[in-house]
Amino acid sequence: MYDKQVRRRRAVLAALVACCILLLTVYFTEPSNGGLHATQRGAMEVLAPVQEGANRALKPFRDLFGWFGDTLDAKEERDALRKERDTLRQEVARLELERAENEELRGLLSFNRTTDYQPVTARVYVRSPSTWYSTVQINKGASDGVRVNQPVVNGAGLVGKVKSVSDGNAVVMLLTDQQFGVAAQAVKAREPGAVLPAVGAPGDLLLDLVPRAKRVKPGDQVITAGTVSERLSSPFPRGLLIGTVKRIEGDGELDRTIHVEPAADLRRLDIVQVLTRPTAELTASAASPGGTP
Amino acid sequence: MIWSPGAVGRLAALGLVGGILQVTTVSQVLVFGVPADLSPLLVASVGLLCGSVAGATFGFCLGLFVDTVLFQTLGVSSLVLLVAGYGAGRLRELRDPAHGLVPVAVGAVASAVAVVGFSVLQFLLGVEAPVSFLLIRQILLVIVLGTLLALPVYALCRRVMLPYLPDDPRRRRRRAYTTGGLSPLSRA
Repeated sequence: MYDKQVRRRRAVLAALVACCILLLTVYFTEPSNGGLHATQRGAMEVLAPVQEGANRALKPFRDLFGWFGDTLDAKEERDALRKERDTLRQEVARLELERAENEELRGLLSFNRTTDYQPVTARVYVRSPSTWYSTVQINKGASDGVRVNQPVVNGAGLVGKVKSVSDGNAVVMLLTDQQFGVAAQAVKAREPGAVLPAVGAPGDLLLDLVPRAKRVKPGDQVITAGTVSERLSSPFPRGLLIGTVKRIEGDGELDRTIHVEPAADLRRLDIVQVLTRPTAELTASAASPGGTP
Repeated sequence: MIWSPGAVGRLAALGLVGGILQVTTVSQVLVFGVPADLSPLLVASVGLLCGSVAGATFGFCLGLFVDTVLFQTLGVSSLVLLVAGYGAGRLRELRDPAHGLVPVAVGAVASAVAVVGFSVLQFLLGVEAPVSFLLIRQILLVIVLGTLLALPVYALCRRVMLPYLPDDPRRRRRRAYTTGGLSPLSRA
């Protein structure tokens, strides 16, 4: 009797471990439109309404916990924001002047903004608790015009890009995901580079592949570089704020590591916008002589 | 555990509700700067209450559910959680610990197994990442948070599964009506 129980226990364990290894192997070897991926998308689609309902119902509890944390951080944040406000006032005055100049030059060049994006507002309802997967799910999908690789932003700046889409929802890969990468530029230094996640250091980004890294200083803002080549167009429009250079390690030109702090608080995402491709009406209005520039 | 359709149904409901609660709410609440992970605690509690086979199976199914809804690599969470569930179940079968704080220790170990196991699997799957101070701090904080939440999660699981657990002779029983006039039988 005892032997039978032991054999049964070991058989169940072996079967479950074998199932896990089989799943891992098949998942890794199949393409992104393979059977397991499709099943995963189907299950996501089925469970999405339940998860979204639960997310809305439990929002007050989440907010309550968030309130405690926010209250503790509020004083420190207020002082930092006051400093930032003073800096920004000076900046606004300078930018006003540059904006007027920019408009004048655009008028001279008859600049046509047919590449405008159409933002689709979405709510985040699921997120991964793991350090290794920086993904969230949003309640807008293919039926709303959302497609794979479209940029996702919030009020603070770039959040990530669309990783997978089903009819009514989509998975967003955050900036800190190990598979993420975007062409970027340091604003003050005017140095191009690529922003990559610092894998193994949660919440940290790296500005890599910078030709003259010494020119980049802490406090410099980092934005998306946008398309630099017609042949290899970037899905990200130029000028989206990614973050601020937090610290720089190493003295030499080659061993410099530039750490960037994301502008968006990726741990507290509630509402985001997907920058979908322009609709036919928008393109037509921009193309017409009287259309918006 | 007394295996019956009711027990399996309760375990399935526990996993479904726990999984949905985890991905929709608990993951978005930060304590000490990290989100809590209820999955290893649920699995360890079920293992401790129902045994190794139930713990391993529950861990596999909950891991599969979490991987599916979060669009993660299938099989990673299942493998880690089934180890946590099986380990907790074997502890019960071999030692049958009676101390009230055992669920806390088991919760801490299960959280550690889950978070370290997950990281090791990611390294094995080819993620080239340095073991940074930030990562170690995050792992330790997740374990501390798991330890703090272990007791309430265990109490909840025990309450859900109580009708299907074998009678524990150590459980304190209500004193029988022996004094005159207080027994309902004496009124009859």
